[in-house]
Amino acid sequence: MTHEEIRALIHPYVDGELDVANGREIEQHMRGCDDCRRLEQRVRTLRTTLRKSFPSYSAPTALKRSVRTTLRSEARPVRPFLSPWLLFVTGTACALLILAFAFFQNARATRDTLTDELVSNHIRSLLATHLVDVVSSDQHTVKPWFDGKIDFAPEVRDLSSAGFPLEGGRLDYLHGRTVVALVYRRNKHPINLFIEPTTTRDHTDPTTSTRRGYNLLHWTRNGMDFWAVSDLNAAELREFAAHFTS
Amino acid sequence: MPHLDAAFSLARFLMRNEEDARDVVQEAALRSFRFYGTFRGEKSRAWFLSIVRNVCFTALKRHRADETNVEFDEELHGAGGPAVDPGKEIDRELDRQTVRAAIEQLPPEFREVIILRELEECSYKEIADIAGVPIGTVMSRLARARQQLHQILCESYEREK
Repeated sequence: MTHEEIRALIHPYVDGELDVANGREIEQHMRGCDDCRRLEQRVRTLRTTLRKSFPSYSAPTALKRSVRTTLRSEARPVRPFLSPWLLFVTGTACALLILAFAFFQNARATRDTLTDELVSNHIRSLLATHLVDVVSSDQHTVKPWFDGKIDFAPEVRDLSSAGFPLEGGRLDYLHGRTVVALVYRRNKHPINLFIEPTTTRDHTDPTTSTRRGYNLLHWTRNGMDFWAVSDLNAAELREFAAHFTS
Repeated sequence: MPHLDAAFSLARFLMRNEEDARDVVQEAALRSFRFYGTFRGEKSRAWFLSIVRNVCFTALKRHRADETNVEFDEELHGAGGPAVDPGKEIDRELDRQTVRAAIEQLPPEFREVIILRELEECSYKEIADIAGVPIGTVMSRLARARQQLHQILCESYEREK
């Protein structure tokens, strides 16, 4: 390296920014060069002078305080977006919505298959001579007949006075369990009334639905599910339900 | 809130008055917060100082445009004059006010490297990152800045005698 090149590296040399090889070359050169040695000494003296006089400023307390205040007020508007409460509430709401939707879908599917089954049972009971197991218009004959055959005591009422004479009763099979079927008749129209226990304690009013031309009526009372199925028109079937529940 | 002293010191020397320095630091803190969210990590000092420095130079440029409209010229400053004046040396300690005044007489670009190197003990690499210039420029600026500062200090030493 030339003298000028060496001189340019004196500052990084003093600042400890040179690698060992270059540093050694500088040192070697300075042994024979007064000019460079003087420059090196001057840089060192300057550094010492600056350090000893300690010219740095420190931040005023008021500034520290106002910066802190500014940053705090700046941080505030961000908070609502990251609020764990809001996240929790939104998340729960979404989960509930999905659950409700799934439940509704599931309930509707179950209800559809149950309705189909009810209608099938009604039709099957009319096809063979299997409409009734116990033939009687007397509710006091029909009701005891079920004793020991099922694990619940169904309500059996004779509605002859209202124009719905009791024909009898039988056991039937609905969505995997034994249920009671009471048979009534309105003129020529047989009515199958399926009865099974339910877990709900609510009383619901009869709701109508139609399947393959048959009318269905469903209500709940005294912990029992009632399904009336018939080819009778909906109005008269409602009349039947009204008499039965009165 | 770390690095506030270093930030204020740099701003105070660059702006040359306390009120402007306060404004600069306040502004820089706000900018860095908006950009980064908070101050973290080892590199945050260099990063925060670079913001302070940029806010300072933007303000200075505005002032400069108002007054002289002269841009800093790497070649102009430090060019000419004897490379080493053998007669003058600083041979005694100088008080804080004299040193501060001497630093303030340097052009801002020289002031910046002197403060970062001599007061904040930054490496050349850090200074290059903060000032946004190549390391070679840091090296030449520092050499010239030291030379000028030496001359100013010698002159004030002469005056005191």
